[in-house]
Amino acid sequence: MAEAGADQSHGHHMDPATEYSSSKLGMWLFLGTEILLFGGLFAAYAIFHARYPEMFFEQHLELNRTMGAINTCVLIFSSLTMAMGVSAIKWGKQKTAATFILITIVCGIIFGVVKYFEYSAKFEHHIYPDTSIFFSLYFLMTGLHMIHVFIGLALLAVIFVLTLKGKFNAKYNTPIELGGLYWHLVDLIWIYLFPLLYLVG
Amino acid sequence: MASHSHSDKHEHITTYKTYFIVWAVLMVLTVITVYVSYVDFGALNVVIAMGVASIKAAAVALFFMHLKFEDSITWVFALFPLGLLFLLITMTFVDTFTRVVIP
Repeated sequence: MAEAGADQSHGHHMDPATEYSSSKLGMWLFLGTEILLFGGLFAAYAIFHARYPEMFFEQHLELNRTMGAINTCVLIFSSLTMAMGVSAIKWGKQKTAATFILITIVCGIIFGVVKYFEYSAKFEHHIYPDTSIFFSLYFLMTGLHMIHVFIGLALLAVIFVLTLKGKFNAKYNTPIELGGLYWHLVDLIWIYLFPLLYLVG
Repeated sequence: MASHSHSDKHEHITTYKTYFIVWAVLMVLTVITVYVSYVDFGALNVVIAMGVASIKAAAVALFFMHLKFEDSITWVFALFPLGLLFLLITMTFVDTFTRVVIP
């Protein structure tokens, strides 16, 4: 989505600076809708947590804090490499940027693998989305987040290939920056999910 | 092209060093959240967890997402959803907990 919008606007009669800033503004607007998409679930979480605090506390202990913490570190690290990739391309270093994007992708995959093991462990203990309101929210929130990780990975994979092909440089790199913004948002949402689900309960 | 030089002049490229510092801060805050969760502060636990998470989120937005260097309209676009989110959560709370019979 991010790179499609920027690529198509090539044909329009817009100077690069305006194209760049309006693309970025459009991305921020989209990220706002994403925050509100998750916001509904955060509101639901807040309500049910306030209604059933004991149940939330008891059941959140079922979650694997270590795995959650590892995934938090993986995702924050991937945000670092993504941000460095954006700086690299703005300095015109295509190879370095591609490497940073690749590291980001690998981190995203590691996040998915850890999450897969977490979900499997839950299913083995016969914990499903219909087990309780807490686990319903757990699977819904982390599941929706996981979908975002997958979308981010798909975007970054395309951006990685295009970077390798030399499509981006110090002057034109909007798709990398927008892909980065999306990836940081995924990280940002996890920053709230981790303490809410794994730590506080 | 006047407009082009305009974009070049205002383009801020964050150094790796700055990113590493932000990352280190994020890691320290993560350790703090995990540590604090093992101490019982009662209702304060949620407040502390959300407070630390918000500091982390702000660091990600300001530096990783370059919000610090964006113009004011981008700030409006970034903060407006947070206002709506606040409305959404508070209004739902007020509604749910002032009902006589909760379904």
